[in-house]
Formats: sequence, C-alpha cells, structure tokens
Amino acid sequence: MTKSHIELTINGKKVEALVEPRTLLIHFLREQQNLTGAHIGCDTGHCGACTVDMDDMSVKSCMTFAVQAHGTEITTIEGVAHADGTLSALQEGFRMMHGLQCGFCTPGMILRAHRLLQENPTPTEDEIRHGISGNLCRCTGYVNIVKSIQYAAAKINGTPFQEAAE
Amino acid sequence: MDAPAPRSKAEISGGAHTKREHDSAHKHVTGSADYIDDMPEPAGTLHGYLGLSDRAHAKITSLDLDAVRSADGVIAVLTAEDVPGANDISPSGRNDEPVLATGKVLFHGQPLFAVIAESRDQARRAAKRAIISYEDLPHAIDVRAAMDAGYRMVTEPMKLARGDVDAGLAAAPLRLKGDMRIGGQDHFYLEGHIAMAIPGEDDEVTVWSSTQHPSEVQHMVANALGTVSNAVTVQVRRMGGGFGGKETQSNQFAAIAAIAAKKLNRAVKLRPDRDDDMIITGKRHDFVVDYDVGYDETGRIHALDACFAARCGFSSDLSGPVTDRALFHADNCYFYENVRLVSKPMMTNTVSNTAFRGFGGPQGMLGGERVIEEIAYALGRDPLEIRKVNFYGGPGRDVTPYHQTVEDNIIERIVDDLETSSEYQTRRAEIIAFNQTSPVVRRGIALTPVKFGISFTATWFNQAGALVHVYQDGSIHLNHGGTEMGQGLNTKVAQVLAEEFQVDLDTIRITATTTGKVPNTSATAASSGTDLNGMAAANAAQQIKTRLIAFAAEKFHIPEDQVVFEPNHVRVGNELMPFGDFIKLAYLERVQLSAAGFYKTPDIHWDRASGKGRPFYYYAYGAAVSEVSIDTLTGEYQVDRVDVLHDAGRSLNPALDIGQIEGGFVQGMGWLTTEELWWDDKGRLRTHAPSTYKIPLASDRPKIFNVKLAEWAENRELTIRRSKAVGEPPFMLPISVLEALGMAVASIADYQVSPRLDAPATPERVLMAVERLKALAADDETSRI
Repeated sequence: MTKSHIELTINGKKVEALVEPRTLLIHFLREQQNLTGAHIGCDTGHCGACTVDMDDMSVKSCMTFAVQAHGTEITTIEGVAHADGTLSALQEGFRMMHGLQCGFCTPGMILRAHRLLQENPTPTEDEIRHGISGNLCRCTGYVNIVKSIQYAAAKINGTPFQEAAE
Repeated sequence: MDAPAPRSKAEISGGAHTKREHDSAHKHVTGSADYIDDMPEPAGTLHGYLGLSDRAHAKITSLDLDAVRSADGVIAVLTAEDVPGANDISPSGRNDEPVLATGKVLFHGQPLFAVIAESRDQARRAAKRAIISYEDLPHAIDVRAAMDAGYRMVTEPMKLARGDVDAGLAAAPLRLKGDMRIGGQDHFYLEGHIAMAIPGEDDEVTVWSSTQHPSEVQHMVANALGTVSNAVTVQVRRMGGGFGGKETQSNQFAAIAAIAAKKLNRAVKLRPDRDDDMIITGKRHDFVVDYDVGYDETGRIHALDACFAARCGFSSDLSGPVTDRALFHADNCYFYENVRLVSKPMMTNTVSNTAFRGFGGPQGMLGGERVIEEIAYALGRDPLEIRKVNFYGGPGRDVTPYHQTVEDNIIERIVDDLETSSEYQTRRAEIIAFNQTSPVVRRGIALTPVKFGISFTATWFNQAGALVHVYQDGSIHLNHGGTEMGQGLNTKVAQVLAEEFQVDLDTIRITATTTGKVPNTSATAASSGTDLNGMAAANAAQQIKTRLIAFAAEKFHIPEDQVVFEPNHVRVGNELMPFGDFIKLAYLERVQLSAAGFYKTPDIHWDRASGKGRPFYYYAYGAAVSEVSIDTLTGEYQVDRVDVLHDAGRSLNPALDIGQIEGGFVQGMGWLTTEELWWDDKGRLRTHAPSTYKIPLASDRPKIFNVKLAEWAENRELTIRRSKAVGEPPFMLPISVLEALGMAVASIADYQVSPRLDAPATPERVLMAVERLKALAADDETSRI
C-alpha cells in the first residue's frame, strides 16, 4: 500500500514518518515511535486507555488515523513530566493520592485530566467526574482518580488541597 | 560498661501498616510500566489471531482453511490436529475443554483455529476467510432452557444441610416462596488477554502471560505441548486488571501461542481484540435461585430450603468451586436453624463461566439477602430489623450450614457503628416522609452486611512460596508466587519484608512472578494473595535472619538475643552497624543470604461429600448504607450517598485497602445495576464491547462516598501481622444499592409488597418493577372500592 508522509510534533520533538493511510495513531505511536504508554483497551474508542492530546484536544488514538495527525502537536504520557524529569502536578497527584491500581487506564486518564484542567482550571468534583467519564477505570471506583485531579488543580492554582478525612 | 551505641533512626520508611503508594505508581504515571504488549518483541515475532465458531451447538461438517492459508502474510494455520500433546486445557481435570475445538462446537465463539502471520492485522484479516460448514444441533442458552432440555450438570452438585428443614418449614408460623434471577458479569479488565511465547532450546519455551495463575498456565502449556513442566517457564510482571478473569482463562491464549512458537521456532504473540476477548472468555455465573423459607412474626428464620442453579457454560472450568462458594455464602451473617442448600451447576451452550471476584459468593449472598428482604416486606418492617433478628450469635446460634462455627463474629458491632455514623434511622424516616409527597422521584435507603469466608475451599491451594535474596550490598530481591493485577500485592508483601529486615521499603526490589523462581504456586485469587505470599516472604526473611543472628552471635561472642534488627541497622551487642555493612560482613563469613520461604494455612479442612468441615480460616466483615433516588416514570436512578465500614483486620496498608473497598464497591454496583450480559436466541453474546456493555463511569459513582476501615478490628487468627484479606469482601457491599432501589420501588405500594428486583436492576427492570407495584396498588384500591 502507498505510504503517506507525515510530519508532526510529539512531546515537543519534530517527527517525520511514512505511514499507511489506514494506520491508526495508536499503532503509529506504539509500534513506530516506541511510545507504549498509551494503551489499547477496547479498540473502539469507548474505554479511553489510548487517550492522547492532539492540538489541545483529547483524542482517542485508536480512532484517529496517523495521517490525521499530520501537522499537529501531540502529547503522550511520556511527554507530561517537566523537562527536568520531575513529575507534573497531575502525575504527582495520581501517584500520591493512589489514583491508580492496575495502571492500564492511567496514561489515558492523566492525558484526559490534563486537557480537562486546561479547559476548566477550577473544576468542581462533579465537573471532574463528568469530564473524565469518557475514560473507563475498572479498579479504583474513580474515587482516588477524582482526588488526584483535585490535588493537581489545587497545586497548579496554588490553592490548598485538603484530603478528605478517611 | 561501654556507653550505649547511638540509636538508629526511629522508624523505617514503608513498613507494615503504613499508607505507601503502589510500588509501580511512578511507572504508571510516566507510562513506563510495561504490560506484555509494551515489551520489546524478539526479532521475527509473529502474531496470532483466532478463528471462532458462529454456531452455539453444531457438528463441524467441514473446515476449509485454504483461503486463510493463502492470505497475505500468513505463516501457518493451526487446528486441533496441530496440538502436539493433549488438546485439553480443562482446569478441573475433566478433559472437557479443548485448546481448539474439533468435531463439534459447544458455544458461539468457540475457537476453532489460529492464524499465525507476520503482522497482527494480516492474521486478523486472514481469520475471516475460513469457510466452515455446520450441522446445527439443538442448543440451550440459559439455566431454565438447559433444565428443560435435560442437560447434564458440568460437575457434581453440592448439598449443605443442617437440622430438619422439612419439619422446620412445616412448623414455622409463616412461610413464603419465590425465585430470583441474578445476572452474570464480564470482567472488563482494561488490559485484555495476551500471551507472548518465545521458543527455547530442546522442548523449552518461555511464555509471558497475562495471568493470575502462572503455575497452571505452565502446566497447561506443557500438557498441550506434550512435554513436562520443567520445559516451560511462565512469567508475568503485572496485569492490567484480572478480577478472576485471568485465573483459568489465560490458558488458551498461552497454549496456542506456545504451540505456534514451538512449531515455527519464532516468538509468537497472541492478543484477541476486545470483542473477541469478551466472546471467547468466561464470565461471572448468572444464577436462578429458588427459595422456600419458614419464619415467625419477629422475622426470625426457622428453616430455609434453597436451590442455586447456575449457567456454567459448555465446560466445568471452575464451576464446581464457584457454585460451592455460592452455597457457602447463602447464609451471609444469618443463622438458619434448619437449612438445606443445593447447587445445580448446569451445562449450557454458552462460554464457560469462570472465576470473578467473590467466586459465586456474591450470588449466594444476594440470594440470602433476597430472603431477608421478602420477610421484611411480608411483615411490613425495615429489612435491617429482620437482619438483626437473624444475625449469628453465641452458642446455639453460631454454626453455619457447612458446620463451621463462627468464632470471630463482629458483624453486630460493625452494623451498630455504621447505623449510628451514617444516621441511618433519621435518614430512613426522612426518606419515607419524602416519598409520601413526591409524585415522580422516590428514594430508598438500605443497610446490608457482609461476612465473607477467607481461604480456598480446595484446601491444597492454601500454600505459597517466596524467594528472597539479600545481595552483598544489602539490597534485597523479592520474588513470590502471587501476581500483581493492580491490587497492590507486591507493595504489601514488600512492606512485610521491610518490616522483617527493618529496612526502608526502597531497599527491596520486586521482580516479575515466574514459575522458574517459585514453583507450584496457587492462583492469586480468593483474596488470599497477601495472606499466603506475605507469610511465605516473612518465612524466607526469618530463615535468613536466623542465619545472620547465629553468625553474629558466634563471631562477636554474644548471646543471640543481643543481635537485633533495628531500622536500617543491626545492633550487635553494643555496636550499631548499617544493614549493608552487616550483610557484607556476613557474606565474607560465608553466610547463605538467600532463602525460599513457604507457608500453608493452618487449621482448615473440608469434606465436600459430607458437607462438613472448616473450609475458612477466618471471616472478613463489612457493611454499607446506600441511598438512591429513582425516577418512577423512566426507571432511571442515581446513587446519592454510600457509607461503608469495613474490616481489614490490622490493615497492612490502609490506603491500598481503602482503594480495594472503593473499587470493589463500584464494580459490585455495576454488577447489580448497569452491567447486563445479553445473548440472543442463536446463542450469540450481543453485549461484547463497552458500547453495549456498561461498566460504571466516574459520573455513575456515588455522589457522596464515605469509606472507613474498622480501626479497632484485628484478625483473631495469626495471619500476616493480624491483617485480613480485602480483595473480594467489599464486592458484596453494594447489595445495599440494589436493596435501596428496591425500597424506592416499594414506596409505590406503601412498602407492603416485596419489590423483587432481580439483578442487574437496569433502569428497564426498575421501571418494570414500578409498573408491577403500581398495578398491584391500583388493584388494591379497586378492591377497596
């Protein structure tokens, strides 16, 4: 099959590649770019394990063609940490607030939360729960995931975060 | 006397009973935790895909695979004839589950052949090109149809009996009968099944398998290859969720990948897509429960006769122990003076149902709770009152239907504490008042308890091993037989080891589970992971410490009790040595710094034939209060508030345990509310993707969700640091959600009619129950006129 030439920015780095037109973005990222943090959960855009950030939108990379990413800027979980390698507020939140168990949904969940906090820097608890409802988690019951995002929002906004009493 | 040596730092970091984060948390948030599909593939790796039957029950009259073989990129097509050893992966030993079907298909979606190609995409496309002819046979999809068709049971049924149930029923002042349908559940682990087999020398093969039971995968792969276990190594670093769905269901993928890898002498990876994963692999058993209960005006149960029939699917798999566990939990927290419980593990032409968190226990418990609910509505009382009247008590009221005495009962305290802290009574009164004047929205509240038996009922599974190495630099390598699926087992076992050696948690490296290091392991299942493997790791540490103490006592001419492991140091007489220095010294003096630990649960025994014994080492307890609102015009609902009080004994890690409770609750809530498996009349599962099968979303979570551990709880048995297992017990707490929905429905007929909400209580089912009660209430009204 004829391949298409694409140019894009992934995690701040310019990338050029040849891809088959039918190649999905998730396969391009995982198999051609060795970025295996985004996962394939359902193959059909429902579970959100493959969520990445593309031109300031959350996209499910299992339902996006690699050619659609031509000319875009993509952020994956591998590009979320600060340049010096320290964790971003969201990563720190998910780690410290136990916002993960098996971890398979975590990269997609963090990328979705990353965009959510750009869209709404001070979300309510209810807004967080609805804002991440396109991403499935089967382990945590979402409680600590919501808490992790609240932690990150507080840290980014410089407001105090009070962990709910146990 | 010399001055006392300086004190070491007061406490280690990450010891037992501390809230440490998951050991892989940093890797998960940075995307650097490898699942099998993320691992680098060996050069020349091939990819497999499975061809499935499209009949529920049929003879295969021809299987034409020529077009599959000639498709682009295809290297090989495997059928049952290519299985070099036994074409069998039956975990029950009944030889009723083929690797690849031959002759006959027994369910829609049964794997018939495997395509191995250069790429996964090629294999997947090629698999669609098979031409298969069938001669259809009659099929039975559900329990009632299977009974009507005279289908056999997949395994011997079990009976638990105590007292004289017939006399008890006849003599009881009041009696009622009913039945309940309890739905199944797909595991929906986010990481689907996957296996990668890498051929080795001679008959050797290494299989990376997303499995909760590496030893069984090893055994099945060896059997299918026609070799022995020492030729097969099975490894797993972590799973992206298991929940029981990877206890036996990994066998097939691992066996096929291994057969292909050995045949082609190339690495082979096999990963079905989500739809095929849901079609090919077993689920939680759905049940039909028939009950007949005799009771009195106080609500006390005099006799219970109940039958638990389960849809087991085409093979036995784990259906025997699953249906057994349903019976073991039909009593929940209640004493039945006279009781007879029987199971009917029915064969059906559906995928073979399997382990799922709770392992039949939830279905048994739900049946028992339905009986309580029925009595409450028949008497016009709060179900909580009926519960309390029937709780296990002291002598005379403390023996289960399986003749084990309940010795560690704390349910009354749990329920009393929760009833108070959740203000149950006040809220219930307020809800009843609200319902009297609310035309459309009705609310409900319910408090339900949980008592869950801990131990594998197959007594021999209650053993575990661990391998611990201390290296010359003082760093520690931990390996044990359990598997990590997100529950935090590795973290807890490492905390146990840190506590034993009195070193900081980051001194310990957790390594992938492998059959090459710890042999003959049990599945990480039955909530037993920490209880068993934590003890085995502690045992390994104690062996090494015993050697170290003997060495130091001899070398420094001091009594053994003067060699003490203190935080990151060892006190030898008056000298305090850093742990690493002490270990280096021991190495130089040729002390063995590695040990294989072992543990077996004491005091348990079980005789299935007589239905008597002590199958459980102890019980874990908990209770939940749930409050819901329903829309009586649409059946839609929301969970407004949940309060949980749960017993994890002396929790090894309260943060991880609370995570298990919250996650288990929401998963159980999904089972009882939105997760509906639906087969059509051809036996096709039509809910095989998240588009049609609805697990809870973040927006479905209870609006207010208060989860607490019973801080005062402690395991009376000598478990690892007096903790209790926590994987499964919380799964049953959301029975309170179903009952609260029932109460909201029952408000339609002034709480005088049992709502009889079957599970899952989808909005449709809630609406149907509302309509049924509206009709009854209208009839009642008419008859009064």
